Amino acid sequence: MQLTDQQTLIQKLAKTFAERELTKEVLDKVEATAEFPKEIQQKMADVGFYGIKTPKEYGGAGADTVSYALVMKEIAYRSAVASIYVSSPNSLSGGPLLKNGTKEQKEKYLVPIVKGEKVLAFALTEPGAGSDAAGMSTVAIEDGDDYIITGRKTFITMAPFSDYAIVFAKTDPKAGTHGITAFIVDMKAEGVSTGKAEDKMGVIGCATSDIVLENVRVPKENILGKLNHGFGIAMATLDVGRVGVASQAVGVAQRALDEAVAYAKERKEFGTTISHFQGISFTIAEMAAKVHAAEVLLLDTCALMDTGARCSDKAAMTKLLATEWCNWVVDRAVQIFGGYGYMKDYIVERLYRDARVFSIYEGTSEVQKIVIANSLLRGK
Amino acid sequence: MKIVTTAKRVPDTTDVKTDPKTGVLIRTGIPTIVNPDDLNALEAALQLRDEVGGDSTVETVTMGRDVTIIKVHELLGMGADHSVLLSDRCFGGADTLVCSRTLAAGIEKIGDYDLVITGHQAIDGDTAQVGPEIARRLGIPCVTCVIDIKLKDEKTIEVVRELDDGTETIEAPLPCLLTVNSKINTPRYMTINNIVESYNSEDELLSVWNHEEIGLDPTECGLKASPTQVVRTYSPAPKGAGEMLEGTVPQMAASLVGKLAEKHLIK
Repeated sequence: MQLTDQQTLIQKLAKTFAERELTKEVLDKVEATAEFPKEIQQKMADVGFYGIKTPKEYGGAGADTVSYALVMKEIAYRSAVASIYVSSPNSLSGGPLLKNGTKEQKEKYLVPIVKGEKVLAFALTEPGAGSDAAGMSTVAIEDGDDYIITGRKTFITMAPFSDYAIVFAKTDPKAGTHGITAFIVDMKAEGVSTGKAEDKMGVIGCATSDIVLENVRVPKENILGKLNHGFGIAMATLDVGRVGVASQAVGVAQRALDEAVAYAKERKEFGTTISHFQGISFTIAEMAAKVHAAEVLLLDTCALMDTGARCSDKAAMTKLLATEWCNWVVDRAVQIFGGYGYMKDYIVERLYRDARVFSIYEGTSEVQKIVIANSLLRGK
Repeated sequence: MKIVTTAKRVPDTTDVKTDPKTGVLIRTGIPTIVNPDDLNALEAALQLRDEVGGDSTVETVTMGRDVTIIKVHELLGMGADHSVLLSDRCFGGADTLVCSRTLAAGIEKIGDYDLVITGHQAIDGDTAQVGPEIARRLGIPCVTCVIDIKLKDEKTIEVVRELDDGTETIEAPLPCLLTVNSKINTPRYMTINNIVESYNSEDELLSVWNHEEIGLDPTECGLKASPTQVVRTYSPAPKGAGEMLEGTVPQMAASLVGKLAEKHLIK
């Protein structure tokens, strides 16, 4: 796919930014402290990474999905965790606001997250309801002009430092998927607390925790979209989110490939560089083929989304293959590095851990298969 | 305040290799960039604009073929208010003398400028001639090697020049022309918002002018009007490997003195 000049410049900006800001020194510190520097977050907001597709009237750039994927890929190439900070305001948290929010809600919540002044979390998953989101037990009970929410959300990205969260809760427990509503909850409201930050395998530097809601009073004006239409909002959000995760996967896989190529040309065993062994060179060839195929698939799906076409199935295919291939590619990269690849001094060790969540979050590979199969077999 | 800066599209010479047989630069497949010093010039202009505020503007002027247009969008992406591309078949092959004539004509057409800032030199030609030549053609003072700029009042600027053995602080009346290099600042990033805006509002933000629009006759432009003739370009022969002295410091010093005396460099 030929990029437009505009997309080329946006990619160039992201690449230059990532090279200059996301240095080894900075990233090693992120791994060690599990904290991501606030200055870099602000710089990312300042250059427009937090509102790539958001319209100009809400402080965004009004660019396209292809540009979003390119930025995500270039940032993830250096740091998967940095790309989560980019993803959230564009996709999981900003996406539903942009699509379903009233003008007032967008001005109040979307504008500050695009500017990097506020953080919004997306709270769908529960301890007992992951892939089966409709099985949630959080409830919201009407009380005059308010709703009172009680429940527990889990694995919520950025929850410990969020200012607001989009919380999904049952407003009509008997109606299944048609009885769920999305609420914008102020994280400082009485009854809201967060659990301790989880100790994760990878993408260290972006805290994830539970959100506990105990009789939290939320005014009706904070309902996002229509009453009992929350499930559709959640699913539509995840649709867009899929290409974001696929972009992260392509970025990380490309990095693993580049690292493996450089190492194979330099590392000597049996009197020659290991690049001369077919066991290594064929693996690298297959890694390269998968990275390229994933990127082409990603850009094609994004370009299709930019035409406004419905493409849940294509987005699911893209996430499924890009993330599974990424996991295969990082696994092979570690193998090519041998013992060194198992050591934290080498970046492939981090890539291996970071990649693992890609085929899990925002819909597991299995859920992607359900989406794809349904589109073919059940006429949805 | 109206500030005009110039910018050139150049091959990224950090990647350039020369053909060892012919000694000529291998240009195919070499990425092109905006000349680094020119980005410093734009950054200096943007800082001054933001400091002065009001209705201050920064305009940029670039010469080049239509493939150069993406580089002009880069300048708008950094925050220039308006950009001009001087593009005409007859502009091709210009040396510095003719280049400065063309750029000066573009700047004259923009008009009403208070300050012109150019990069010190381009990484492909390294002449450092174009800035001062433009100043001469515009009939305004020129200060080269500027590493700091302060606006004193509406009609005066105070600048620090970098010299071989120190710095020099001088005042210059406005309008004038300054040349700057990488020591003056770090160019800002583009923003996605500016990039998108530069394409959405291309008609208002970017003008493309040919020789007629800047009032030049084709005979005054390009290769034919350029007195510079390149007779030959070549890479100097590579030097041999250096010799590393070994031993204790006194031994190495004695050895070095001996070698220098051998070559009659010392007595």
